[in-house]
Amino acid sequence: MSVPQPTLPLDDSAPSRKRYRQKGRYRGDHLLLAEMIEPNSKVLDVGCGDGDLLQLLETRGVDGRGIELSREGVNHCVAKGLAVVQGDADTDLVNYPDDAFDYVILSQTLQATRQPKAVLENLLRIGSRAIVSFPNFGHWKMRLQLLVGGHMPRTENLPATWYDTPNIHFCTIKDFVQLCDEINVKMERSVALDLYGRPLRFNAPWWFWNMFGEQGVFLLSRVEKTK
Amino acid sequence: MVNVQSIPGPAHAEDRALEADHPTSQVATFGSDQPLQLDCGIDLAPFQIAYQTYGELNAGKSNAILVCHALTGDQHVANVHPVTGKPGWWVTLVGPGKPLDTDKYFIICSNVIGGCMGSTGPASTNPATGTVWGLDFPVITIPDMVRAQAMLIDRLGIDTLFSVVGGSMGGMQVLQWCAAYPRRVFSALPIACSTRHSAQNIAFHELGRQAVMADPDWRDGRYVEQGTHPHRGLGVARMAAHITYLSDAALHRKFGRRMQDRELPTFSFDADFQVESYLRHQGSSFVERFDANSYLYLTRAMDYFDIAADHDGVLAAAFRGTRTRFCVVSFTSDWLFPTSESRATVHALNAGGARVSFAEIETDRGHDAFLLDVPEFFDIAHAFLESAGHSRGLTAAGELR
Repeated sequence: MSVPQPTLPLDDSAPSRKRYRQKGRYRGDHLLLAEMIEPNSKVLDVGCGDGDLLQLLETRGVDGRGIELSREGVNHCVAKGLAVVQGDADTDLVNYPDDAFDYVILSQTLQATRQPKAVLENLLRIGSRAIVSFPNFGHWKMRLQLLVGGHMPRTENLPATWYDTPNIHFCTIKDFVQLCDEINVKMERSVALDLYGRPLRFNAPWWFWNMFGEQGVFLLSRVEKTK
Repeated sequence: MVNVQSIPGPAHAEDRALEADHPTSQVATFGSDQPLQLDCGIDLAPFQIAYQTYGELNAGKSNAILVCHALTGDQHVANVHPVTGKPGWWVTLVGPGKPLDTDKYFIICSNVIGGCMGSTGPASTNPATGTVWGLDFPVITIPDMVRAQAMLIDRLGIDTLFSVVGGSMGGMQVLQWCAAYPRRVFSALPIACSTRHSAQNIAFHELGRQAVMADPDWRDGRYVEQGTHPHRGLGVARMAAHITYLSDAALHRKFGRRMQDRELPTFSFDADFQVESYLRHQGSSFVERFDANSYLYLTRAMDYFDIAADHDGVLAAAFRGTRTRFCVVSFTSDWLFPTSESRATVHALNAGGARVSFAEIETDRGHDAFLLDVPEFFDIAHAFLESAGHSRGLTAAGELR
């Protein structure tokens, strides 16, 4: 039986983002993320890549900082005048003080961390709000590839094979919502985006998003502890 | 008898001695009305600072970059050295079209207090006695060096430095500038350095000092009066220190186990191996241009350096609320000032809310990488200064927009 192979994008011009992302082409969520952030706030972008989002935010008066694992990414950011340090979400977030930022962004990076739960907790310790976006492994194409093809799904946005993918902790939108409940995080806004980074129908039920959202974007805040 | 070679005596000792009081440089003198207040409690006066400048200061005085030199560096950043005749120590980075572009910026570099190339130090003449200071010179610190530089910058009529740049001990001065004069530093580029000297580094310095002091020609520091120079001890100190500036990989790549001008071992203590010959050369060329007592004082200054100690042990407190833009750079194979030290600095800057970039450059060339041709480092330095210049409103010609 022949298995239909997903077509892979040929764009190899983007520099390797190593663990954080593989392709620099698709970043349809940037505008949406920027829109979630109040002007003139202080923002930390974890896994900021080439700094495109930080640049967009700085045009809106945001005081932005970044962490990026790859040296190439850091160099690009410094060249753009951005304040970016070379570092790792798994090991370096612990060094940031509490409440240092208004927002901490983790864009398309959660699935590449070793300890997503600890990272998420750190985001909301450092920032009063966190914005997290990630590819939804519950998308119907993923499900179909596993169900019919019997192989680990590969898509246009996630073209790596299982043995060389940097994404070691895939989750679905449903999984992520459960994690947020577990660690007492409040979801202020949640949006599912299609392949092109456009928001899906706003009032759709969870199961619809979990089936048809290419990625989930969540604006999170801490639940203040009640005594 | 087994063939033995040791480090030859300095050939240019007289040239160097002359530079201590009468440098081939610009000199700023400070009289007894303007003492340098030292951390040890002594007011040093009169004193002088020898410095070099490159490029033009713009009308708004907003394009000045202070370069801070390392332990055995001096103010001759980008000109032929008056004693050795060799090119400046940072011509890779400073010059027309280079990252520290002399067509755009006004570059200042001064010899540190305690140095031996024209700023007041143990090799200078003590005006009270008419003889060389020697060990009568007060022990100085990195903050003392920076305080003296600030007096020079005042003298030059510059309020805010566009940038302060330096590696190793120079990087320590950069960080000290940012902690002591945050409003006077628009941007800072501390390279391969730390906010405190580690125990291992203090240990290496002690080794060097003991080598100098064990040389019978050191004469308790009075070698100038007694017409000797502890070139063997200073040479050994330099050889040991030089090893710490390199890396195992760099030494292996450069020398391996190759023999020097021979194919078989001589069964002696001659320099059979290339690496031995190289180290001896490093030792002997160093003693030609450097004063032994100065080496004791400057290594001591580095040992005492600990910014956090001056802020109740909280490093972040030293940088809290700073508006300076930082770009911290480290090198992967640097084991003297390893990346972990730079990361600690970055964490403190972040905790203090500073605007900081940090890049670790991949190279096998060890601590010395900051002095060598490492394009990735140049790219970072260039990009950082360009973007800072943009924020400062500097045009390509270094003028204000």
